This record gives sequence, C-alpha cells and structure tokens, in this order.
Amino acid sequence: MSVRVAGLTLASPVLVASGCGGTGRELAAYAALSTYGAFTTRSISRDARPGAAGPTLAETPAGLVHATGLPNPGLDAFLATELPWLLTEGARVVVSVVARDLGEYAEVARRLATAPGVSAVEVNLAVPDAAELGVLDAREHFHVGAAVSTVLRELPRGVPVLAKLRPDPVRVAETVRVAADAGAAAVVLGGALPAALPDGRPAGLSGPAIAPLALRCVADARVALDAAGADCDVVACGGIGSPEDARHALDRGAVAVQVGSALFHDPTTAARIAAALSPDEGA
Amino acid sequence: MSPVHVTAEVLASKRIGAYQHVTLVAPGVGERFRPGAFVAVSVGTGGYHLARRAFWIHQVRPLGGYAATVTLVVEPRGEGTRWLATRQRGDRVEVTGPLGGRPFALPKEPVPVLLVGEGYAAAPLFALAERLRERDCPVNLVLGAPDEAHLLSALEARRTARAVTIVTGDGSVGARGSVADVLPEALRRSGAAVVYAAGPAATLHAAALAAEEHGAWSQVALEQRTTCGTGLCLGCPVPVVGEDGVARTARACTDGPVVRGDRVRWDDLARGASA
Repeated sequence: MSVRVAGLTLASPVLVASGCGGTGRELAAYAALSTYGAFTTRSISRDARPGAAGPTLAETPAGLVHATGLPNPGLDAFLATELPWLLTEGARVVVSVVARDLGEYAEVARRLATAPGVSAVEVNLAVPDAAELGVLDAREHFHVGAAVSTVLRELPRGVPVLAKLRPDPVRVAETVRVAADAGAAAVVLGGALPAALPDGRPAGLSGPAIAPLALRCVADARVALDAAGADCDVVACGGIGSPEDARHALDRGAVAVQVGSALFHDPTTAARIAAALSPDEGA
Repeated sequence: MSPVHVTAEVLASKRIGAYQHVTLVAPGVGERFRPGAFVAVSVGTGGYHLARRAFWIHQVRPLGGYAATVTLVVEPRGEGTRWLATRQRGDRVEVTGPLGGRPFALPKEPVPVLLVGEGYAAAPLFALAERLRERDCPVNLVLGAPDEAHLLSALEARRTARAVTIVTGDGSVGARGSVADVLPEALRRSGAAVVYAAGPAATLHAAALAAEEHGAWSQVALEQRTTCGTGLCLGCPVPVVGEDGVARTARACTDGPVVRGDRVRWDDLARGASA
C-alpha cells in the first residue's frame, strides 16, 4: 500500500519512530527494513553524545519514562557507517536531527544535504528534557518555525523536513501552523511527553499511556492545517501498538504512523501493523 | 544467533526450592541457543507492562515430543516474575530469544576452567559446563546462595564438574560464607585459565578480580534491569573500557550479556554511572 507522505512515495504508512529502532541492525533481525515505509534514525547530533548515566528507563503503568540523553555517534560517524548500511538493507531513511542552536542545525543540515540516500530530515523539537541535555528547547512557536526554516534552507529540493513536536493539545493548532508556514512538509505528533523519573530527573513519557493524547493532537492538527489551507501532512506517533491504533490515527487525518516504544515490547510490532494495513490483508 | 519473537506455551512449571522452573515450547528459541543467551518475556495482560522481563536460558532439552524446550529459572520477587511463576501448563507467553550479542566464549584449547555462580543467576552455567566438558575442559564449579533454597541444583552440577564448591550465607549447605571468600582457593586448586561468572554485580566483580590476580581470563554474565532486551531501548548501559582503552557505554543486552571482566568499569557500574 504505497502512500504519499511529505511529498515522498513510501511503500507503507507504517514508519519506525526515532530512537526506537536502534541503529537498524537490531530491528533487522525480525523483519527486513524495507518492510517499513521508512526507518527514522535515533536523533543524530553534530558531535557524538555518550548518553546519560543509567539507569535511564523506568516502567510506569502502560508506559515508560526515559532519559537516555540522546546517545548517538555524531553526524560524521553516522554518515560513514550507519547510513550506508541502512541503505544497503533497502531502508528508506528519515534522519532525525537534534542540535544545540540554530547555527548547529544549519551545519548539520548542510552536511546532510550532500549525503546520498537521505529521504527526509526530521527535526526533533520534542526533546522532553532539552534544557538538561543542552539542545534547542522548542518552548515557543517561533523556536519551531526558526528551526524548521533553518534546516529546510540548507536541504536540496525533494528532501522534505518533518517537524517532530510535543503532543501538547493546548498549543498544537498554533504550533503546527507555524511549522507549516516555515516549510515543514509534515508534522509528527508527537514526541514523548515531558515527565520525570522516580528520582525526579527530567525525562519523557512514552507508550500506550499517551496514545489518547497523541490522537487528540493528530485530530486537532489536521483540522488546524486544513483551516489554514496548509499543504502539510500529519504523521501520528505516540503509543501506537496495534493495527487498530494505527487506523484510529489514519481515520483522524494522519497519512502515516510511526511506531516507537511498542517495539521495545515486541520488536515485530511495526512489521505486523504494516502487514495488517496492507491491502493483501483485505483490510 | 538470530533471535525470533514467538508465542510460547508453558509445558511445565515446577517449584524447586525458592525458584520456579518454567519450561516453554518456544519454536526457534532453543534451536538457536548458546550458553549465556537469555529471553525477553512479556508479562501481564492488557498492555499494562510495556517493559519486558529478561531470564537466562537455563536448559534446552527435548521434552514431551518437542525437540528443544527452554527452561527458565524464575525467582518470584516482583510483579513480573510472580506473573511468570504462576503461569500454568498450556498458558501462552510472548517470548523473544535467544537474545544477547555475545554469549559465553569457549576456549579453543582444553584448558581447566572455573565456573562461578550465585543464586538463580547461576542458571546459564550448567549448559556452559556441558559444552566445556564436550571440549575436554576440566570443569570446576563454585555455587553460592544465601541459603539452600536459593541454591541451584548442585546434584546436576556434580555430573559435569570435576570439583564442586558450595557456599551458603547461612551455612545450611556447604561452607558458610560468600562466593568471594572461596574464590582464591578454588582458583588455586583448579589452575583455571578462564573464569566464567554469573550472579550479582558484586560477585562478578570479585570473580574478575580473583581471575586477574591468578592470571586467568574472566567472562562475566551481566544482569541489568531490561526494558527490551533487543538493543533498541538503550536502557541497560554498562560502563566499559574498549579494546582501544577508551571509556565507553555498552548495552548489556546486545554488546553483552557476557563481557570480559577486565573491560568493565566496576566502580562506575556500582555508582550507576556511564561514560
């Protein structure tokens, strides 16, 4: 079931969410990476980030709080080793990026612009513990707009920008309009909800616990974008763990879904949802 | 050792001492098993528990007409372990395995080896002992526990091991004391070239130190609280030193669970810190 997402034609409306598919190798043990509409990488920063001191994850009712600190090998190492491997596996690659400030966003985007095989760039404006990690904290709408336009300016035509946003139902309508105005071809709703680990450290909450909230954001975002006449897709993310969850989001106007923390529970989740949504299933 | 995700069926569940031995029919898991591998199990129903629970694979054997059943040793301590321990024959359980990027590495030469295990975590050592014996390695075993109920079957161990040392905290069986107390003597007597350890972090550290003092290699099976077990969640960081001497953070599940004892930054591990 090929779908149009952010101007791209993808083989499936089911994508792997950022930070939940490892480097791709771990997930490839269970299903070919070409099974998914796209593989979204964990957020890549200009410089390597070692990650937070553990323990960084705690189980909560129907969810997880996490503060892994965005560990990644840095842009150079990612481009040299991980990206080529993903491409040889047949994955469509959406590179999630995170940066300290607009200058660093521009630098990261410039280098991605010349890398072959980058289908799209997802700007991670939903880091729940951004201040603690020293990355750009998109507290206000203009932060979202500035980051999106900064990245978009450096990318060649045909490489769209996806804006990953906090699932904040109160502010979602205005935030998505700003993202669309800045040139985002899609908004991803949403990232983890700001939360705390049991010891009080800032963290993100993900999983089925936030699914109803994310669904509200998807529905409101679609309405707001349509009202503004914006040519911007909505990609649903947050607590999606079954074909029913995915259908609910698609019914509310999402063109695709990202499957994230459900992969921790069952690494075949995204592949099973993709199969269930494919027309061969007679769905 | 490519893992599979399957719906397993409970074939048997037996209480032995303080532990529940749960035997599963999990097609594809036992066939791919190597000692030191583990499985991730979904616990509970209704999606309330997103995190998996990890268990060492204790035994793989033909049983009840199935070629390779998988037995786990479960100590019912928390909600998840209690859930698994109370599954009945015929119940279904979602299982991913065998997991672990690096199981125990076997020596190429038939050198003497010392296996050190404590509590339920000693589970992976019995299958390892059999593999080592197949390679003509003289196997020596140290088994420890707080008391007899928490000691994994020493009888079984005596079949494969040349010498078995038992130590319990309350002296209910074997010597009274801790595993660390008896390690130097066991190493000296066995002349072991490799120490394989499985147990709590303090025991692993003691085994790594003792091995180093005796000029032996050590391989320790790390046990970290697991969220996914598959390498995706980054929730099981282990502070290590790489081959190049650079401090790094490894994932216990995919970069381990078995690592060289001299590669672990034990003080950082105890502090819960990583690079």
